[in-house]
Amino acid sequence: MLMIKRADIVIIGGGIIGCSIAYNLAKMGGKNIVLFEKNSLASGATGRCGAGIRQQFGAEMNCILARESIKIFENLSQELDYDIELNQNGYLVLAYTEREVNQFKKNVALEQSLDIDVRFITVKEAKEIVPPLNTEGLLAATFCPTDGHANPFNTNFAYGEAAQRLGVKIYTFTEIKEIETENNKIMAVKTEKEKILTPIVVNAAGGYSGTIGKMVGVDLPVYSQRHQILITEPVDPLFKPMLMSFSRNFYCQQTPHGSIIMGCGNPDEPKGDDIGSSWQFAREMAQKMTTVVPLLKEVSMVRQWAGLYNVSPDAQPILGKHPQVGGFYVAIGFSGHGFMLAPVTSKLMAELILTGRTSLSIEDKLDIGRFERGELILEPSVV
Amino acid sequence: MKDEIIICRCEDVTWGEIRRALEKGYTTLDEIKRITRGGMGRCQGTTCHRIILGEIAKFYHKSIEEVVVPTFRPPTKPVKLGTLASDVDD
Repeated sequence: MLMIKRADIVIIGGGIIGCSIAYNLAKMGGKNIVLFEKNSLASGATGRCGAGIRQQFGAEMNCILARESIKIFENLSQELDYDIELNQNGYLVLAYTEREVNQFKKNVALEQSLDIDVRFITVKEAKEIVPPLNTEGLLAATFCPTDGHANPFNTNFAYGEAAQRLGVKIYTFTEIKEIETENNKIMAVKTEKEKILTPIVVNAAGGYSGTIGKMVGVDLPVYSQRHQILITEPVDPLFKPMLMSFSRNFYCQQTPHGSIIMGCGNPDEPKGDDIGSSWQFAREMAQKMTTVVPLLKEVSMVRQWAGLYNVSPDAQPILGKHPQVGGFYVAIGFSGHGFMLAPVTSKLMAELILTGRTSLSIEDKLDIGRFERGELILEPSVV
Repeated sequence: MKDEIIICRCEDVTWGEIRRALEKGYTTLDEIKRITRGGMGRCQGTTCHRIILGEIAKFYHKSIEEVVVPTFRPPTKPVKLGTLASDVDD
């Protein structure tokens, strides 16, 4: 039995997005906030992600959200009283084709215009930053020293526990089965056995956000797709920054703990919510990374798993009020970047819900209406 | 059990760390694993998962069968990336 019958705001999803929105709402003075999670906190995409945080994007809004998030990440352990294991050793983004070289020059110009500390570097400089790097085929790279890593579990639990200390009620292992609307307005949410009246629902369900949309009768412009990942045993420090390539399709970083985490996308991956692991992935990943950093041949993989990207048409998040259903808010479609963009996104969502306005201009840039208006600026830099 | 007793030998996780997570209200091995790293090391929990499951059951006065078990993930034992990379289709 739940103890509540009524809430002012219901959040669906106990990943980093849901928990950080809950925390920011409570911090800004919001009351009667309830979060429902069908499994445990960090059980979905957050707890399965690559744990990287970067500001090197090709679309302006992704750059801005990432830049502002890094500023928050830098003080987050203190703010939430929980060590999030932030480690800023940079992202080294590798260019292997002429097309990438040209794209990265544009990206760097954009990022620098937004005050992001990033530079276009030569192969020699890349090798100095990562001595074990095999530079065969490498044409150039970009490097941002303030990008890096944080522990997604710790960050997720840190937000969740801080939210609870501010009065947010979190119900884990409690799935929302139905959402009641009346005259296109949110009225209540229903679990298996109970009904909780609420005028506001925030959809932060990540890979399952489309299902939540259907509960209020709307088709959200997102789909989910499996992305696989693996991790090695902890070893002595081999290299510091995240290594990333879009054309060769990989990312790989040694965590402060010593283990090396690596992932890649699969262009033939069907849409859906399969999160199984495949042998083919492990083999392909090992072949890629032992080519880029040959030293890795001697390092053992101990675990592989998968999680869901929730992909939007322009690979930028969809944030804000849904135009057709009163009281229905979405923070979805992060396209693989939810963890790194959560700190500022959640703050903006809380501002929007409580005051109707945001401190950063996102209303006409990240709203759901942009797809119908045809104002797409496609993010080119996604693995 | 003393707080300083090491439960997960791969990741040096003590009973004290696990006890504190249980006292915060976390009820499953998956949560304990994500919070403490218990069972995430080289042996992937083959040594400590049984112990942690038993302690969760004891803490919540449940039988061990009632505690939710995490997904067992491949590979069963560590495999060198060089070995994986050299695999070819027949």
